[in-house]
Amino acid sequence: MTQLAGARAGVPLIDGIDKVTGRARYTADLDHRGALVGRILRSPCSHAQILRLDVERARRLPGVVAILTGEDCRVPYGVLPIAMNEYPLARGKVRYRGEPVAAVAAIDAETAALALSLIELEVHELPAYYEADQARAADAVRIHDDKPGNLEREVHHSFGDVAAGFATADLVRETVIDCAEVNHAQIEPHAALAEFDPSTGRLTMQSVSQVTFYLHMMLARCLEMDESRIRVIKPFVGGGFGARVEVLNFELVTAMLARTAGGKVAMELTREETFITHRARPQTRIRMKLGLGRDGRLRACECEVVQRGGAYAGYGVITILYAGSLLHGLYDLPAVRYDGYRVYANLPPCGAMRGHGSVDTRHAFELLLDRMARELGLDPFEVRRRNLLHAPTRTLNELAINSYGLAECLDRVEAASGWRTRRGRLPRGKGLGMACSHYVSGAAKPIHWTGEPHAVVNVKVDWDGSVTAFTGAADIGQGSSTMVAIAVAETLGLPIEQVRVIAADSATTPKDNGAYSSRITFMVGNAAIDAARRLRTLLTEAAARRLERDPADIDCTDGRFRSLSAADQGISFTDAVKAALVDQGTLTVKGTFTCPPEAQGGKHRGGAVGSTMGFSYAAQVVEVSVDEDTGRVSVDRVWVALDCGFAINPLAVRGQIEGAVWMGMGQALMEETRYLNGMPAHASLLEYRMPTSLDSPPIDAMIVESIDPNGPFGAKEASEGALASFAPALAAAIADAIGVDLDVLPATPDRVLDAVIARRRRERLDALAGGRR
Amino acid sequence: MFEPDPIPGKRLLRIRLNGRWREDAVADDQLLVDYLRETAGLTGTKTGCDGGECGACTVLVDDDPVPSCLTLAVRCEGRSVETIEGLGAGGRLHRLQRAFHEKLGAQCGFCTPGMIMAAEGLLRRCPDPSEAQIRAALAGNLCRCTGYVKIVESVRAAVQAGT
Repeated sequence: MTQLAGARAGVPLIDGIDKVTGRARYTADLDHRGALVGRILRSPCSHAQILRLDVERARRLPGVVAILTGEDCRVPYGVLPIAMNEYPLARGKVRYRGEPVAAVAAIDAETAALALSLIELEVHELPAYYEADQARAADAVRIHDDKPGNLEREVHHSFGDVAAGFATADLVRETVIDCAEVNHAQIEPHAALAEFDPSTGRLTMQSVSQVTFYLHMMLARCLEMDESRIRVIKPFVGGGFGARVEVLNFELVTAMLARTAGGKVAMELTREETFITHRARPQTRIRMKLGLGRDGRLRACECEVVQRGGAYAGYGVITILYAGSLLHGLYDLPAVRYDGYRVYANLPPCGAMRGHGSVDTRHAFELLLDRMARELGLDPFEVRRRNLLHAPTRTLNELAINSYGLAECLDRVEAASGWRTRRGRLPRGKGLGMACSHYVSGAAKPIHWTGEPHAVVNVKVDWDGSVTAFTGAADIGQGSSTMVAIAVAETLGLPIEQVRVIAADSATTPKDNGAYSSRITFMVGNAAIDAARRLRTLLTEAAARRLERDPADIDCTDGRFRSLSAADQGISFTDAVKAALVDQGTLTVKGTFTCPPEAQGGKHRGGAVGSTMGFSYAAQVVEVSVDEDTGRVSVDRVWVALDCGFAINPLAVRGQIEGAVWMGMGQALMEETRYLNGMPAHASLLEYRMPTSLDSPPIDAMIVESIDPNGPFGAKEASEGALASFAPALAAAIADAIGVDLDVLPATPDRVLDAVIARRRRERLDALAGGRR
Repeated sequence: MFEPDPIPGKRLLRIRLNGRWREDAVADDQLLVDYLRETAGLTGTKTGCDGGECGACTVLVDDDPVPSCLTLAVRCEGRSVETIEGLGAGGRLHRLQRAFHEKLGAQCGFCTPGMIMAAEGLLRRCPDPSEAQIRAALAGNLCRCTGYVKIVESVRAAVQAGT
């Protein structure tokens, strides 16, 4: 053991120096010489039939090289094979304000902008729906012809005897919680650079994608091209959080423009367009009902979720399934009924965002559990402890739980926050709240089932002793390439500096499904270890031949292959490589990882969603100050513990935990996307308020290591699990501080003040009623 | 002697960029960020928004951090402009660069150049800032990855490391 032994602080990112020196090239920083400028014309209305789209005046403008409309887009796309209902440019109909309807490539930005202004669009407007209940109304016009009631998908799952569970409960409570739509708001705006060579018929695409393989596949599909003629390269990517886990319209449009122009096209979206491209967490209404015994045991859960999904399918089916399936897996639940409704509306399409599908339902669950514990006089920590799972086990909906560190997470944050001595003893206006959450370490079943392994890593070793790992995994700042380097170096007994990682270039790296569902550490990490072990075996055999010893007698550590029985017998790593290359030449080994079928969830419809090889677990305590006169809530401090199985890189794990908690805080305190008749009222980083350095508290991130039996070195995910417990912990802290229960997110000053006023009114009425008695 | 007419709307800009004087013909309405990225080829300075929202384009003009997306290039005539590329000297990392690297002040790295330049502006006018002063100085620079925890730690580590 080298990197992973002893007291480990972790290692900086292997591409960190490029980032701090400005050398790192993001998509907009690539070589744009000779590139045409791409621009997109967007729909001015929310729902309309396109009667006439005339591009002839624009086409005649000098400097315009390519121009496209929906007529040029014959093939629909979408991330789910069962729900591809979107075209790169609208065909026949527009379904949200800002939907791309035409695109131009011109010699410069001014010409492109002028060309867009010359395009004539004539439409017949249709009724537009901006709320889920309007869209679901009996007389509503269909947004998609094949979806009556504008219902994209409904889910009805029932496990255990829910009625009996409620009948045996001592306390049954039900509440309705509203969570605003939020956005990823990664700091890098969307961009793409596509180059088509007409002489060879080859397309090279560079983009901000988290899923380069999906992009490759979807380009081939929508451009009706041979896959082998396409190369997708991921430059540095400035954050994702789910914004880029499906192929986005501008990426397809850029490639189509490049092909039409027969050259290179650079597309850089504005921040406003980046917001409109959206694909984030939907506005969600949750009706949550829980049954609790006096002993604090959960007896039953009934949950109805309505998500306003926007105008196209995207990941919608998965999101509404996650919202139900991840009710399970955190606590021991004897009976759960879930009814989910994913609804179309004339707004930018929603998609996956950090904590995909689980965040808003977890908020409602934890918040109601906290209120009910209060009613029964139970401590919030105690009520969680009475409902813990015991690994290994399976949930009612057939999710496998192989490791479970929640009990230790609870102990750690309870102690660190001084909960027992401070809770209930803080001055008025200050409060403490806690909650728990969990998340998958990679969806166990891939979206595109091909029979291939779920992850492949190649490791190459050559005459100079250099070790290079090739992975298709997209590092988007989370540090996945560094994780691969550590996994390979550790397995080969080398310092991390000796391992180079080449990532996410379809011409050189093996295919990878991408950076989503926190799959990379678990799946790609295991594949990297597998590859490195195979290489170690080859090198050990070569070293044994050179040393004339048995391979079983050879150990590799600290960059040397040594005889275990004769300590003075050994050769350097480089000499072992040279020995191995005799008669073989450059060695490339392949490692793979596949989630076994038993990890892929239940047989019920949608049962694969939520299934994973390992769940991360989190508990957190939030301390707040609330100003009852202004409604302003400030977060003073957060204590959070995350069971990530094993921290391969503790520095990166802490960074991920802090980022997840903070993103949960943004959603809980201030973030929301609002629309005025379908027009985004938030499409800048000023109007979409996120916490600044001044709004952000110290976060004490603690790592719990439950050592997962299947994880790489025992590791599980660390980036998403801690997000969902922030909002309910905040709500509990506000209740503790000022005695107000909030049923809405975010807890903006106006909403908090409304709740304070309602409480005061209630108190006055109660006092009056008391006086009359 | 023949002297060409000046191109309307353009003028000669003379600035000291990362320690070196240079001259370029620039349009009157060219933004400093576009001058840096397109004319000077310094793409370390990022554009993250539609104008003055995010701080990713922060550079130093005569030691003061300014958003280069709200600054006209021609306003920098005769002045010193420093970008992330100018911070390290002779292949050595500047103390803020080293601290942001080692303390994980950069995750995706997109806000990092602007963040480091804003921090450098602070350290030049206030060599030993309190945590509150660090947080205030960086309040115009948005980061979506770190929750600012490790960014503040990085700045403090750079202060401790000295010049």
